[in-house]
Amino acid sequence: MSEQKLTATPGQTIGPFYGYALPFDKDNQLLPPGMPGSIRLQGTVTDGAGDTIPDALLEIWQADADGNIPQRTGSLVRDGYTFTGWGRTAVDNTGNYTFTTVNPGPTEAGSAPFISFVIFARGLLNKLHTRMYLPDDEEALARDPLLSSLPEERRRTLIAAREADGGLRWNICLQGEDETVFLTYPGA
Amino acid sequence: MEMEEDLFSNSHVIEKLDAAEASQDQISAEIASVHAEYSKGVDDGAAEETQPRIDFSPYRSSLLRHPTKDPHHVDPETIELWSPAFGHQDVHALESDLTIQHNGEPMGERIIVRGRILDGDGHPVRNQLVEIWQANSAGRYIHKRDQHPAPLDPNFTGVGRCITTDDGFYEFTTIKPGPYPWKNHYNAWRPAHIHFSLFGTDFTQRMITQMYFPGDPLFALDPIYQSITDSKARDRLVATYDHNITSHEWATGYNWDIVLTGSNRTWMEDEDAE
Repeated sequence: MSEQKLTATPGQTIGPFYGYALPFDKDNQLLPPGMPGSIRLQGTVTDGAGDTIPDALLEIWQADADGNIPQRTGSLVRDGYTFTGWGRTAVDNTGNYTFTTVNPGPTEAGSAPFISFVIFARGLLNKLHTRMYLPDDEEALARDPLLSSLPEERRRTLIAAREADGGLRWNICLQGEDETVFLTYPGA
Repeated sequence: MEMEEDLFSNSHVIEKLDAAEASQDQISAEIASVHAEYSKGVDDGAAEETQPRIDFSPYRSSLLRHPTKDPHHVDPETIELWSPAFGHQDVHALESDLTIQHNGEPMGERIIVRGRILDGDGHPVRNQLVEIWQANSAGRYIHKRDQHPAPLDPNFTGVGRCITTDDGFYEFTTIKPGPYPWKNHYNAWRPAHIHFSLFGTDFTQRMITQMYFPGDPLFALDPIYQSITDSKARDRLVATYDHNITSHEWATGYNWDIVLTGSNRTWMEDEDAE
C-alpha cells in the first residue's frame, strides 16, 4: 500500500435535508422480507444524552451468506433477485433503523463475519465507519484481530445480539459511556 | 404539485426547535478562538488538519453527536476493500441534468459543474455512483422541515445522480443554489452549496461533502464550513469558475475535483493502464 500522494477532500455533514435525495425505494431491503434466509437487522441511533436521533442515515455493505463479496450492479433498482450486498436507510422519527438482509458468511475460513457500517447525520461533521459483528461464532470472535485489540467494555459495542426470531439487534451510540467503537483506516 | 406532495410525505419532520440564542458575533468569536489555537499548534509543529473537526461547538448540533473517543486504527479487511458496484441500470443518463426533470425550465442561473474524482494515489475513480442534492435558486429545499419562506420551484427538485466515466469524470447541469437561513444562531445563513455523495473503489473511501462557490461572503460566518480549521483544506471545498466549461448562451461553468482517501487494495497493472 502506498502513501497517499494527494490530500483528500474534507467531508462535511449530510445536513438535515437529504430526505428527498438519498433514500430510494426498498433501500433498506437487501433482499425482500419473507424470502427464505432473510433476517431483520435493527437498532437505534442515540446521542450523548442517550436520546435517539431522528436524522441519521446509515449504509451497510456485507458479504452474502456464503461469504462471497458481491460485485453486482442494481442496488438502486432492487430487482428482488440480485443480492448486491449494499443497503441504505434513514432512521425513523424515533431513531430506529431496519434492514432486511442475510447473515453474512465468513469471507475467509474461520474469520468472524461482520457487516460494515457507515454513519452520516445532521450534527455529525464527517462520516463514521464501524463494524457490526455477528454474535454466533464465539471462537471466531475471540480470534478476530480488531475485537481482541479492544478492552472488553469497548469490544461489546461491536457485537450484535441475536433475537428470538433469528434477527439481529445492534444499537449505535454516537457519544458517551456506551459509545460505539468507530474505525479509521490507513491513508485516512 | 403531486410530485412535491409525494416528496414531502417521504421526508422526516423534526419538531424540536433549534435554539437560535447565540449571536453571530459570539459564534464568530468561538470560531476565531478554535482557529487561533489550531494555527498556534501548527506553528509549534503539530500536524496540519485536512478534515473537519467533528467536535466543533460553534456548530451547536455537533455537541452531543460527536464521538469523544479517538477512532480505532484498523487495517481494512475483505468486504471493506471493495465498494458496491453501480451501473447504468442504476442511474439513467438524464439524471445528471437537474434542469429537465419537470415540464418547464427552473428559475435561476443555469450552471454546469464538472470535475474528476481521484483516489489518494491519483487513480481515477471509475464507474462509481455520484449523488448530489441542493436548494433551489431561492435557497429552498423540498423538505418538510425547510420552512424558510422562499418560493419552491415547481420545475426544480434539486436531486441528481451520475456514474463516473472511465477517466473518473462527473458532470451535472443544474441551477446555482441560493444561500438560506438556519437556526444554529441568530441570523445564521449557509453559504450556497451543493451536497455530494461519493463512493471510491473501497468502502473505506465512502464520503459525503459539500461543494461551495468562489467568493461567497458567508464563508467566514458559517460554522459548518469553518469546522475545517485549516484554510488550505477549506479551499478544497470551493469550486473554480471555468470559462472553458461555460457554455455559449446556455450556462456558466464550474470545475471541482474531488480526492478520496487512498485505496488499500493492491492496484492491478491493467487497472493502471490509461
